[in-house]
Amino acid sequence: MVRARGVDKRYGKLPVLRGLDLDVERGQVTAIVGPNASGKTTFNKILLGLVRADRGEVHIDGHRVDEDPSYRARIGYMPQSARFPENLCADDVFRMLADLRGASEASRDEELIESLVLGPVLRTPIRVLSGGMRQRVNAALAFLFRPELLLLDEPTAALDPISSGVLKDKIRQERDAGRTFILTSHVLSELEELADRVAFLLEGQVRFSGSQEELKAKTGEATLERAIAQLMRQGAAEPPAVARVS
Amino acid sequence: MTILKVVRYVILDVVRNRWVLAYGLFFLAVTDVLLRLGGSGPRAMLSLLNVVVLLIPLVTIVFGTIYWHGAREFNELLLSQPVARGTLFHGLFAGLVIPLSVAFVVGVTIPVLVQRAADGQTTKLLLLLLLAGCALTAVFGALAVLIAGLVDDRLKGLGIALGVWLVMTVAYDGLVLWVAMAFQDYPIEGAMLALSFANPVDLARVLLVLRFDVSALMGYTGAVMQRMLGTPLGIAAAIGGLAAWTIVPGLFALRAFHRRDF
Amino acid sequence: MQRVGDALRLAAAGGRVLVKPGLYLEPTLRIERPVTLEGEPGAILDGGGTHTILEIAADDVTVRGLTLRNTGPSQSEERAGIRAAGVRNCRIESNHLDQTLFAIYLADVQDCLVRANIVRGPESAQMVSGNGIHVWSSRQVQVLDNDVRGHRDGIYFEFVSDGHVVGNRSERSARYGMHFMFSNDCRYERNLYLQNNNGVAVMYSKRAEFIDNRFERNWGSAAYGLLLKDINDSRIEGNQFVSNSVGLYLEDANRNRVIGNTFQGNGWALKSLANALDNVYEHNIFEGNAFDVGTNSRSNVSFFRENYWDRYRGYDLDRDGFGDVPHAPVRLFALVVERAPATLILLRSLLVDLLDLAERVIPSLTPETLLDDRPLMKRPERQVSRG
Repeated sequence: MVRARGVDKRYGKLPVLRGLDLDVERGQVTAIVGPNASGKTTFNKILLGLVRADRGEVHIDGHRVDEDPSYRARIGYMPQSARFPENLCADDVFRMLADLRGASEASRDEELIESLVLGPVLRTPIRVLSGGMRQRVNAALAFLFRPELLLLDEPTAALDPISSGVLKDKIRQERDAGRTFILTSHVLSELEELADRVAFLLEGQVRFSGSQEELKAKTGEATLERAIAQLMRQGAAEPPAVARVS
Repeated sequence: MTILKVVRYVILDVVRNRWVLAYGLFFLAVTDVLLRLGGSGPRAMLSLLNVVVLLIPLVTIVFGTIYWHGAREFNELLLSQPVARGTLFHGLFAGLVIPLSVAFVVGVTIPVLVQRAADGQTTKLLLLLLLAGCALTAVFGALAVLIAGLVDDRLKGLGIALGVWLVMTVAYDGLVLWVAMAFQDYPIEGAMLALSFANPVDLARVLLVLRFDVSALMGYTGAVMQRMLGTPLGIAAAIGGLAAWTIVPGLFALRAFHRRDF
Repeated sequence: MQRVGDALRLAAAGGRVLVKPGLYLEPTLRIERPVTLEGEPGAILDGGGTHTILEIAADDVTVRGLTLRNTGPSQSEERAGIRAAGVRNCRIESNHLDQTLFAIYLADVQDCLVRANIVRGPESAQMVSGNGIHVWSSRQVQVLDNDVRGHRDGIYFEFVSDGHVVGNRSERSARYGMHFMFSNDCRYERNLYLQNNNGVAVMYSKRAEFIDNRFERNWGSAAYGLLLKDINDSRIEGNQFVSNSVGLYLEDANRNRVIGNTFQGNGWALKSLANALDNVYEHNIFEGNAFDVGTNSRSNVSFFRENYWDRYRGYDLDRDGFGDVPHAPVRLFALVVERAPATLILLRSLLVDLLDLAERVIPSLTPETLLDDRPLMKRPERQVSRG
């Protein structure tokens, strides 16, 4: 589904991604984990075309992300913090995006809106909504048009436990329906619950990519959290690989 | 057409912003008062000239810079949809320039119609004034977009925008004054005209003054300027100059928009 | 009779020659006895492009109702439609003069009347070397209600005394709508001077009266509504100066009274050079001019009183109808433009407004004494008609 090769990105003088290679399988939940500033969000944004890679190629379903933007009609994105045009209400945003994506109103996932209890606030300007409520709108947006690929960046960070549960159920349900997820989160227990595969990012490179079982077997740890911690310690000991395996 | 959809949503958002309404009401009030005080349409148009060449650049560049910075959320949201950057850019630019222009045009035109001041002469002046006002809106919209695109810090961007306005409306004319005084013994009318092409505010002002204060400009320098800029060809050149002042900063801003990370 | 010339030769003194409709192409006609020559509508005397058409060489001659046309151009002789020289009491009325070098040419005449003639010159620059109504060295001439267009000078007076020029319309002259020199005690009233290349110029004369004339749209690098050069002790009252490059221009003109005029929409309403002394400006209206008053000197020897200035920003606390602070009508920018004309390109710019404001607060360059101490608060009710 997603194929990234040799992706470099620096913000000014600060390198963020350094020759990142990654493959994401269709119909699976891939968790991207790594310490702060390891390039997780940047990679998400490169997939969306929000950030331009300095070098390297990223393909989604065979389309290069820096060309025709139409591939984004098949992606749902939930950014880390929800930011919306000030004067619009959720319903405006939903309609607008439906319009831009050429999706019909009918294809909207009303069930999800209901389960996230967004009905009462659909016509309230987003700027007056609470942070949690905005994040729910944000979550709904990602799923709304039943995209094939979902990029969820810290999806449960600002959600209450009920909404968080609704969202996790939704992820599982959609994964089972064949959709692909790329998930980043600091809550590793949550990822352990949801992720089929794990990609470990350190200093702008993928240091491990495989199933949870493979990771645990490789590190000899029982939980994802411990396994990741182990990887981080190893990463700190070893210098980053200069030569890449292609 | 994705771009039309984008324009529509941007305009919806901008129109909800009370500033644009206030801007339109301001022109409505000023035009109404000028018509009532001045008595005749042409005189009111003449007084409006100053408002147009000063205020439109100021409001447009300040509002435009704030607007462009404030549009980041919107940009992030839209760019994660199947919307090309160029489309979004043009949509945003149109969404900036169209509501401001419409507010200006409607604000000025309503009192003229209501007070039945639109005789032949007034109508001609009004049309030229509206044209110049919209051109200045486009020019300073483009400059605002360029500033906001290059300077991420909002406050710094706003400062630069005000600086650009000040340079173009006052400081630059200081230079023109100096050149004219320093080289007063030479035939420099052509050079003066060239200098005015290098500043959109001057260009719009000279274009309007040539039509409004015909008698003043027909004497001395005026005869030369009238010959160069007063003809249909000259007006076309002036409008071309204003268009260039929109397109060139606009293209730089577009390039920055294509390269930027959201 | 078929020929006008024959009829004139046969006419008795005090008689009348009536010209039937038709085209008469004859050598120069000369009137040598006091007769009335009158044309019926459609009576056309044609100069064939080669000569003066009609000469008045006797006193008490009247020429009325004729169309005179086509003298052709000439560099060497002063051909005219109607020429009168050294005669008294001639009347030239209601004629139509078309494509003549000079239309009506009076020299050394006295008590002559030129009335209600329609004069159309060639209007193309090379052809235009003669004047419309040309009067030289004459006394008590009246020029009334004529309509002159497209000559070099529409109305030309030189060495004329006690002339009256009333109710005429003079437009699109290649040079001046009216031009007079060395003509004392003349009166100019209710004339319209429109779109003349250089406006109206009057020079070297005393005790002239300009009353209720209108000077409009005289545009150009040397165009003046009314140019006064060496004009003394004259009255300029109730005139309208509208949309001229310079409305009223005074050079070496002294002790004139400029009262109750309206200056509207001119480039410069009034330009007074330093050598114009003791002129009085009262009850004039200045509105919508790019510059109200221009001068080339910091000293001032003119008097401004009780004028209306649309630029006046003072107040009237005692409510007597006059502003409590004097008005300084000379803008700094006017001085700047005087010195460096190219700065005109800055007209209506914010910079110039700021400079003017600074100068108004702390005058340092503009004439300190050129002030209207009692500016009118309200514009006097006075209509400006359209010409």
